[in-house]
Amino acid sequence: MQPAQILHPRPEGLYCPQADLYVDPTRPVPRALITHGHSDHARAGHGSVLATPETLAIMAARYGAAFAGSTQALSYGERLKIGDVTFSLHSAGHVLGSAQAAVECGGTRVVASGDYKRQSDPTCAPFEVVPCDVFISEATFALPVFTHPRAEDEVKKLLASVAMFPERAHVVGAYALGKAQRVMAELRRAGWDKPIFVHGALIALTELYKAHGVELGEVLPVETAPKSYYAGAIVMGPPGALQTPWVRRFPDPVTCFASGWMRIRARARQRGVELPLVISDHADWPDLQRTILDTGAGEIWITHGEADALAHWCGTQGLKAKALHLVGYGDEEEPGAAA
Amino acid sequence: MNRFAALLDRLAYEPRRLGKLALLEAYFRDTPDPDRGWALAAMTGALTFKNAKAGLIRNLAAERTDPLLFGLSYDFVGDLAETVALMWPADATRANAQLTITDVVEGLQTTPKAELPRVVADWLDRLDENGRWALLKLITGALRIGVSARLARTALAQLGGKSADEVEDVWHADAPPYPHVFAWLEGRAEAPSVATTVRFYPPMLSHPIEPEEFAGLDPSDFCAEWKWDGIRVQAAAGKDAGGKRAARLYSRTGEDLSGGFPDLVAGFDFDAVLDGELLIKRGGGVQDFNTLQQRLNRKTVTPKMMAEFPAFIRVYDLLALGDEDLRALPFTKRRAKLEAFVSAHPLAPIDLSPMVPFATWDDLTFARADPADGGAGSDAGAVEGVMIKRRDAPYLAGRPKGYWFKWKRDPMVIDAVLMYAQRGSGKRSSFYSDYTFGVWTEAGELTPVGKAYFGFTDEELIELDKFVRNNTENRFGPVREVTHTKTKGLVLEVAFEGLQRSARHKSGVAMRFPRISRIRWDKPPRDADTLEALEKLLSRQTPAV
Repeated sequence: MQPAQILHPRPEGLYCPQADLYVDPTRPVPRALITHGHSDHARAGHGSVLATPETLAIMAARYGAAFAGSTQALSYGERLKIGDVTFSLHSAGHVLGSAQAAVECGGTRVVASGDYKRQSDPTCAPFEVVPCDVFISEATFALPVFTHPRAEDEVKKLLASVAMFPERAHVVGAYALGKAQRVMAELRRAGWDKPIFVHGALIALTELYKAHGVELGEVLPVETAPKSYYAGAIVMGPPGALQTPWVRRFPDPVTCFASGWMRIRARARQRGVELPLVISDHADWPDLQRTILDTGAGEIWITHGEADALAHWCGTQGLKAKALHLVGYGDEEEPGAAA
Repeated sequence: MNRFAALLDRLAYEPRRLGKLALLEAYFRDTPDPDRGWALAAMTGALTFKNAKAGLIRNLAAERTDPLLFGLSYDFVGDLAETVALMWPADATRANAQLTITDVVEGLQTTPKAELPRVVADWLDRLDENGRWALLKLITGALRIGVSARLARTALAQLGGKSADEVEDVWHADAPPYPHVFAWLEGRAEAPSVATTVRFYPPMLSHPIEPEEFAGLDPSDFCAEWKWDGIRVQAAAGKDAGGKRAARLYSRTGEDLSGGFPDLVAGFDFDAVLDGELLIKRGGGVQDFNTLQQRLNRKTVTPKMMAEFPAFIRVYDLLALGDEDLRALPFTKRRAKLEAFVSAHPLAPIDLSPMVPFATWDDLTFARADPADGGAGSDAGAVEGVMIKRRDAPYLAGRPKGYWFKWKRDPMVIDAVLMYAQRGSGKRSSFYSDYTFGVWTEAGELTPVGKAYFGFTDEELIELDKFVRNNTENRFGPVREVTHTKTKGLVLEVAFEGLQRSARHKSGVAMRFPRISRIRWDKPPRDADTLEALEKLLSRQTPAV
């Protein structure tokens, strides 16, 4: 069977005609499969939603219990047959509950990987390589300038700065779902045992992570207190909060930002970031290449990001590649992305 | 090199002026000669290398990387040095302690051209990512770390317990790596001596003024001149410290522009320092900034360029005459001396910026609205407003309050439709931030009329970038064509300073300093302006040359 008969792009998103199902649709549809909980992939208002139990829980926390007409949970590795098509979800290593969707029909397997990474992340299951005929990849950081350093080294940079400026507060901008909890967990791994203070926008999802058994230590909401109370503290907030009066309650704050984009100086300076932390939940250039080769796919479709560069590289490897130019997927690491 | 690289890295991320000053002062205090002097020269734009240029880096990148991936990466990062530093395929990070900035600067100055690619590649292999970035920044010259020459000199002043103006005063008596300046700052030697005439004086700057502020000002206390649309320069000539004849052209920040204007500097037949506007005169009329710009930012200049863009200085102040510093005199006294000076030097490439006579603020309002009629005549196209100066003002460095005001002409505004977008460079890099916009022709089609890449906030830039990504119809290399039909598309309110006929533009008109003044998310493209409306603005303007 032709892969395009199993999945093909439509304005709403990737569509599977046999199951009348869209993967990560950007507008309301009768039946959706959601790869992970980031708001550009997981939207409210679909008729029915198929996703991992963690992703369903994240959507309920963000949009309320009535975010879809009905829901169906599919755990990693479980298989679901709709007509002639078999669906299964496999860990993508991106955030808690994030999944790649394997779609099989007539002996052909297409894997829509959603967003993914290969770096270690104490807050979610590691990426699983799923052999396939067509691998559908993101390309957020698909340029040779993007090689992400190890997250633990970036967190050490943060702790070194905290030690150097004990009278100042370090305010870390991090996306509310995934990135914030990953930075917290890395801080704990690096031995930071003081409370981590968080902006109100981070609380619900942090609690959800804890409820799923992710160890994050003592996380306290930021409260009205004299400035000196936060001297030497690590405070986390959504990226958007870094430019608001919220930061004025902290003593001489050092503005930090955790994102893969921080590798580009201009990006950090555009946002007045003093301490860029290159921590990303997306695969970097070497890991995109490694993953594509690992899957053994002969054909690569690219959803969003730097599609031209990745398609070019696939060409140099003798792999067929095409850019789908799917519209509507931003990336949550963008400093301006809504929290 | 790693100490210098670390300094640049920290400066790049330090937003506060005081923080930058502290970093610079500490570096100058703790770093030995001549390393610190070379670093100072690099940060103040005083270093150029004959053979090591951006082209060398491009060639090295082409040898070591995939050209298409390099092109896409450069387009994304928007900075050559940073792109290459990030994607240079080094095997592993190696210690870079053994390579000093002095090694690098001397190497770049003395290595024969044919050897240079190998030498630079070898350095790149030896340096870590940050070191590579600093090295490549040295070669390209555009550091983009938010340090002006003035800020660097202020840090030196702090180091030596002097004022920034004192540092400015001795600055031109020394050359990189500035051993005498550092010796003086550390109290180990006298100030290096500098001739009175061949030097740069920190310029006096003005404040913008709003019409309602005139009520509190007595017109008889002030004079007015045209504000010319050129670049602010100082012309300095006389004897240098060694008693030799010298002539220099300085920018407003003290950068030496003489190399780009040998024709002009050769005509400095005086012993004086003049403050004025560098302009291009062609066919009897002064040209606007767009024309001047084609001769700027060149370290050397061809005879053809000099013939096509004849430059002169329209002078408006006299700062020193012979060995006399005139800056303490009131404006009117300096002006009288200036007028006498200009008539005494008929062969020098200078002319006098005329005064704009007025008795009331209303008189001045009329002159500003119609410079051609107000006295600027055929030069009106190069007028961008009026300068208002207190009669009794001394010439003070910096931007002192209450003495000089600039009153710019009101911009023109049109609504145009976004047609194409391209990624920017520098601060805007990796965002789609260069916008080509168009207006409707009679045939009901959009024709591009200009390009703008500033005027919006950082938040608006993110929205615009998202709009471009989500509404891309076509890609032509780095250019994205954005949806622009009558009903779908984005209207941009564009402000600009003037219009002129242009054969280079399909629409036949070109804008001066166009910028996005507002984003009209609310307005359908069909309601944007027409070419006819632009033509009307053109005819309403003061007659061009």
